[in-house]
Amino acid sequence: MLVYLLRRLGQSLFVVAAMAVLVFVGVYAIGNPIDIMISPDAGQAEMEAAIARLGLDKPMWEQFFIFIQNALQGDLGRSFVYSTDALGLILSKLPATLELAFLALLFAVFLGVPLGMIAGLKPNSIAGKTIMAGSIMGFSLPNFWQGMMLILLFAVIFKVLPSGGRGDTVQVFGVGLSFLTLDGLSHMLLPAVNLALFKTSLVIRLARAGTREASLQDYVKFARAKGLAPRRIVLVHILKNILIPVVTVLGLELGNMIAFAVVTETVFAWPGMGKLLIDSIQLLDRPVVVAYLMLTVIMFIIINLAVDMLYCVLDPRVRLSEARA
Amino acid sequence: MTAVSPTLEVRDLETHFFTRDGVVEAVHGVSFQVGAGEVLGLVGESGSGKSVTGFSILGLVDQPGRIAGGQILFQGRDLVQLAEKERRKLRGSKIAMIFQDPMMTLNPVLRIDTQMTEAVRAHRDVSHARALEICREALVKVGIPAPDERLASYPHQFSGGMRQRVAIAIAFLNEPALIIADEPTTALDVTIQGQILHEAQTLCRETGTAMIWITHDLAVVAGLADHICVMYAGRIVEQGPIDAVLDRPAHPYTVGLIGSVPSRNRRGGRLFQIPGMTPSLLNLAAGCAFRNRCPRATAACLEEPPVRAASHGRQVRCVHPHDGPLEEVLS
Ligand SMILES: Nc1ncnc2c1ncn2[C@@H]1O[C@H](COP(=O)(O)OP(=O)(O)OP(=O)(O)O)[C@@H](O)[C@H]1O
Ligand code: SF4
Ligand SMILES: [Mg+2]
Repeated sequence: MLVYLLRRLGQSLFVVAAMAVLVFVGVYAIGNPIDIMISPDAGQAEMEAAIARLGLDKPMWEQFFIFIQNALQGDLGRSFVYSTDALGLILSKLPATLELAFLALLFAVFLGVPLGMIAGLKPNSIAGKTIMAGSIMGFSLPNFWQGMMLILLFAVIFKVLPSGGRGDTVQVFGVGLSFLTLDGLSHMLLPAVNLALFKTSLVIRLARAGTREASLQDYVKFARAKGLAPRRIVLVHILKNILIPVVTVLGLELGNMIAFAVVTETVFAWPGMGKLLIDSIQLLDRPVVVAYLMLTVIMFIIINLAVDMLYCVLDPRVRLSEARA
Repeated sequence: MTAVSPTLEVRDLETHFFTRDGVVEAVHGVSFQVGAGEVLGLVGESGSGKSVTGFSILGLVDQPGRIAGGQILFQGRDLVQLAEKERRKLRGSKIAMIFQDPMMTLNPVLRIDTQMTEAVRAHRDVSHARALEICREALVKVGIPAPDERLASYPHQFSGGMRQRVAIAIAFLNEPALIIADEPTTALDVTIQGQILHEAQTLCRETGTAMIWITHDLAVVAGLADHICVMYAGRIVEQGPIDAVLDRPAHPYTVGLIGSVPSRNRRGGRLFQIPGMTPSLLNLAAGCAFRNRCPRATAACLEEPPVRAASHGRQVRCVHPHDGPLEEVLS
């Protein structure tokens, strides 16, 4: 197991290094931040001073070298716009995104798995067909449109939920969290549902496919031949088998939700990382964009690792063969 | 057959699949009985309806199939009329089944102890500790060494033969009155096959369990069964005491089946193959289902032959049955 972990860690380091190069080169290829940051009628001297201050006068390879050197010390650069530490800036927005993503994940699991299983067990029933029709809508209607409809329905027409913002927050270890206050929770509900809709549809499909496949397996028939109650067959024999693909996919999707909550955060004016990213891209605030992407890469790697661990717990076959490797 | 009422008596069973393309009569007019401690061999080629017969008795016919007629009398009760809840109480307690592929019958993500104790506790109100005890004893009975260690293992840590032993142990857990074994040794190699056959047979004789042994291998039933039913295209074409049927086959299909098995006392003799193909059960033409492959077919065979009693306690579904010892019939 330890060997396996070390090997995975080595692979991860390589991925991070490769991504650092790609991200840096990619981001530096687009636009010129000076055009946006300094008013066009500024003098030549003022312009050059700004360029030197931001380190933009050095050749790209040297800029990259400085970036790497700083990155190894945990410094991913300073925001051009806010003149603060880019990483700190992003991390200050992280809790808002995290709590949103986790709530959305909960929705996706606790709605998606049961609904998918119902649809899988009774594919021809009205309930099964309705669930599948709903999941197709969740899949195919654009996320921002779904968000706007949610606002229209619950904030404008029924006026039961707020349309944007974070609401009241509670400070926990110096971090503001919304889900601990009723007002905060009511602000979270719509964006979390919006973020969860696509994932829920995905989980429904996975759970349905898994359930249908598992129901046809001999082990389910054998379980029935043992005279087990249908409830036990579904909740133990089938559920344990379908959790494997669901966990794998959702783990990866969690990373996705955290990293790319952009649309939802924009629609609901949720002050998270996604909104910061959009603003930074518009302002060509390169260090923030680079730091954001690097953070995302690392987060994906960590989540991947966690998913693999969870996978081992769920699937005894993987557990043993990996342990031996 | 025993004079007392048999453990299981199937009468004119009809199990049909109502598919989009039409009705498949997978089991048609099937009747047989098994007594306590007896082994009934159910033989026939692939697709002849052996498994569907077994699942009908268990009440586990897959969609879109259902029992369309007949009676399944188990210890005097007609299972066909029984509510699902009552049938479930019988499954795994009074009637158990062993499946063909031991690699597929155990749930890969659940430990053996979970899969065994749940079978005990579904039918008996015992503590978990007591259930474990029962499972442990059952594993010992089927010859699994180090049962405690085995109970804490997952199916993939077992060989195929071991898994099938576990499945057999599960089948015997609640001391059933009837066991349906659906080709339980087909997926195993020959030596293991022999051991498993022997163990299953011993368990049945010891406990007085009636057994239906489904197979397409005549050699297997020859050494195991008391009584044999030969199935073809959803029908039992011939049945009777094992020796009578094997020594004096009456139905042309049985003759073909025996003739196609290499035999010790006919060494060097020509092996023979039944010409033609198994008919599709969908839109089966009227008349004898074996007609287009039968060397004895005549115009009389255009009508479905009824089941008739023949000598030596046999029953045959044929208008021109053979009547004589095997050598004579084969020549
Ligand atoms: N789920 C199903 N849907 C439609 N038809 C089915 C279904 N299951 C079985 N059948 C039909 O029933 C027939 C008998 O199948 P069965 O499984 O009993 O054969 P078998 O004698 O057990 O063969 P094998 O030796 O291959 O196991 C098949 O030919 C098939 O046409
Ligand atoms: S009824 Fe006719 S066709 Fe059918 S097996 Fe007998 S002889 Fe052959
Ligand atoms: Mg079969």
